[in-house]
Amino acid sequence: MLMSTTTVEIEFRTAIRDALAEELERDSRVIFFGEDVAKAGGVFAVTKGLYERFPDRVFDTPISELAITGAAFGAAVCGKRPVIEIMFGDFLGLSLDSLVNQAAKYWYFTQGQTSAPLVVRSAVGAGGRFGAIHSQMPISWFFGVPGLKIVCPATPADAKGLLKAAIRDDNPVLFFEHKKLYSLKGPVHDEVIPLGQAAIVRPGRDLTMVTAMKGVHDCLAAAERLAERGIEAEIVDLRTLKPLDRVTILASLRKTNRLMVVEEGPRTGGWAGEVMAIFVEEGLDDLDDAWRLCTPDHPIPYSPALEDAFLPGADAIVRSVLDRPSFAHTA
Amino acid sequence: MVRVAADLQLDRTTYESLYRTMVLIRKFEEMVQDLFERGHVHGTTHLYSGQEAVAVGVASVLGPQDRVAATYRGHGHALALGVPPQQLLDEMLGRKTGICGGRAGSMNVIDLEHRLIGCFGIVGGSIAAATGAGLALKGTGNVAVAYFGDGTTNHGYFFECLNFAKVLELPVVYVCENNLYGEFTPWEDVTAGRIEARPEAFELPVQRADGNDLFAVRDAAARALDHARSGNGPAFLEVMTYRYVGHSRSDPGKYRKPGELDAWRKRDPLLIGRQALRERYDASDEDVDRIVESARVELVAAREAGLAAPFPEPGPVDEFKPA
Ligand SMILES: Cc1ncc(C[n+]2csc(CCOP(=O)(O)OP(=O)(O)O)c2C)c(N)n1
Ligand SMILES: [Mg+2]
Repeated sequence: MLMSTTTVEIEFRTAIRDALAEELERDSRVIFFGEDVAKAGGVFAVTKGLYERFPDRVFDTPISELAITGAAFGAAVCGKRPVIEIMFGDFLGLSLDSLVNQAAKYWYFTQGQTSAPLVVRSAVGAGGRFGAIHSQMPISWFFGVPGLKIVCPATPADAKGLLKAAIRDDNPVLFFEHKKLYSLKGPVHDEVIPLGQAAIVRPGRDLTMVTAMKGVHDCLAAAERLAERGIEAEIVDLRTLKPLDRVTILASLRKTNRLMVVEEGPRTGGWAGEVMAIFVEEGLDDLDDAWRLCTPDHPIPYSPALEDAFLPGADAIVRSVLDRPSFAHTA
Repeated sequence: MVRVAADLQLDRTTYESLYRTMVLIRKFEEMVQDLFERGHVHGTTHLYSGQEAVAVGVASVLGPQDRVAATYRGHGHALALGVPPQQLLDEMLGRKTGICGGRAGSMNVIDLEHRLIGCFGIVGGSIAAATGAGLALKGTGNVAVAYFGDGTTNHGYFFECLNFAKVLELPVVYVCENNLYGEFTPWEDVTAGRIEARPEAFELPVQRADGNDLFAVRDAAARALDHARSGNGPAFLEVMTYRYVGHSRSDPGKYRKPGELDAWRKRDPLLIGRQALRERYDASDEDVDRIVESARVELVAAREAGLAAPFPEPGPVDEFKPA
């Protein structure tokens, strides 16, 4: 693919802002709203300046998640392309009904006549000491709902390219932004990145690490340390969790025969289990070992002493690999 | 003009202790801010500075078995209910000795022993929790109090719970602390009509009070509590007040109108409180300074002990309460 990659590095948050600005510019049906997103520019300073450029299509709302999400759905099925911000993913519990019972089912009910093309942007993830109600990874709340796409970028380039694709997509899309990535800098390009395509971000022969979002960076850091011990990990950044790119991950497995899934999110009911199920169903012949590293099944702690131990960071990833019988000899 | 009912007249000792609690809250918040800037308090904090008279005024007329649900801006409510400053501070510091063992943090404090069923990080969560507490307390002569802000009156929880509580005649007092802003947004930009028209539509008795004057808050709260306690169903209180610091840690407050902060500072609840001590109780400036100093000394000790307290140790946690 030909990409005009700039050498300038921009922040993850700026990449998201640029994608929004470019889509607002390109398509007059796009509208963007949420709490403190317009005049204040968002609590994570993601959307600064958009209101000034598009005063008719970018606006602040009351603190009313039911209305925000419900209105996005209604507007979507009447010709708009709404993008909404739900400030913290933890608040999506309030948006659940409109997304699950209305938006996700519209295409099916109308027998393919009309879909609900809306995007929900939301900040997720732990590590910021925000406690159990501002740190969650709500993916498993939505993962089992047919009709919802779920996008999870790890880099500024992917954030931009995937958000543009999400806005152009005719389906309801959840677009999750990890808080710890907002200040991450990286190059960007002008391509729209198709939803549903994973990326191999590090090639390796000994082990496949499947992950997403902040996990990609943790796995990359861990892989460098494992390489010093002669273990070469291949890292698959899923980028989109739904639809899931089975082809890329199965191809990697054929090469390495060992699978580790790193998911920031509760072990029970998470997407890591789904990835493993795909391997078992479709790649069993190639499988020598498979396991997952997730967060424990209890609420996210506030205290740094507890939160650090709770999260699957680079140290935990290295330890987890070295604990496997097939790598124990290198430990 | 609200008149102070006879049974609400405070003796000097009691009033001094209420004033001291207001001072304690202000100084506690200043300490938390300082510890935040020094990297000992983490994540984010939502300080209560400027609103002290509300929490202390309402708490001063609560009964021992009443229940309170507060918000992420809950340090003041907790202290007013008697949560020990040491344990509250240790929670912010993420220590094992914190009121929730360092698990919950600033936004999610719970202290059942002191009637605080929770501080709720979800806007509207306090309204829901207090409504349910009212369901549990109905017929006992005890009351549940919900604290929440102006911005929260636009939330689904607000409308559903007020209607629910009225239909079921639950003993709940809803205290809306109107500090003029929800985060960075002036309340009037996102609120249709008057706030008090909403509970009025549900036929809750509504009072508005000066939230910076402890006596005014206390008087209105006493009436509302009395209404709910006597089995007449829920009551509503809108108190006008102002927060001096940003919404949370990363807010320079650019949305404030020119002169607004200064105007409110002139009506500081601590100033009004000091004046009341002098005028109503004949206290001298030295008397008042002694109270302020004793709060300061208490917090200096708490700070030192908090910073020396142990961190919790990570280990397996039971997902469920065992049988
Ligand atoms: C459901 C939900 N939506 C949004 C937020 C983010 N948020 C936290 S406080 C706040 C403003 C609340 O304003 P107000 O009710 O006036 O209370 P104040 O903070 O002024 O005390 C917002 C939007 C949240 N915590 N929960
Ligand atoms: Mg407010």
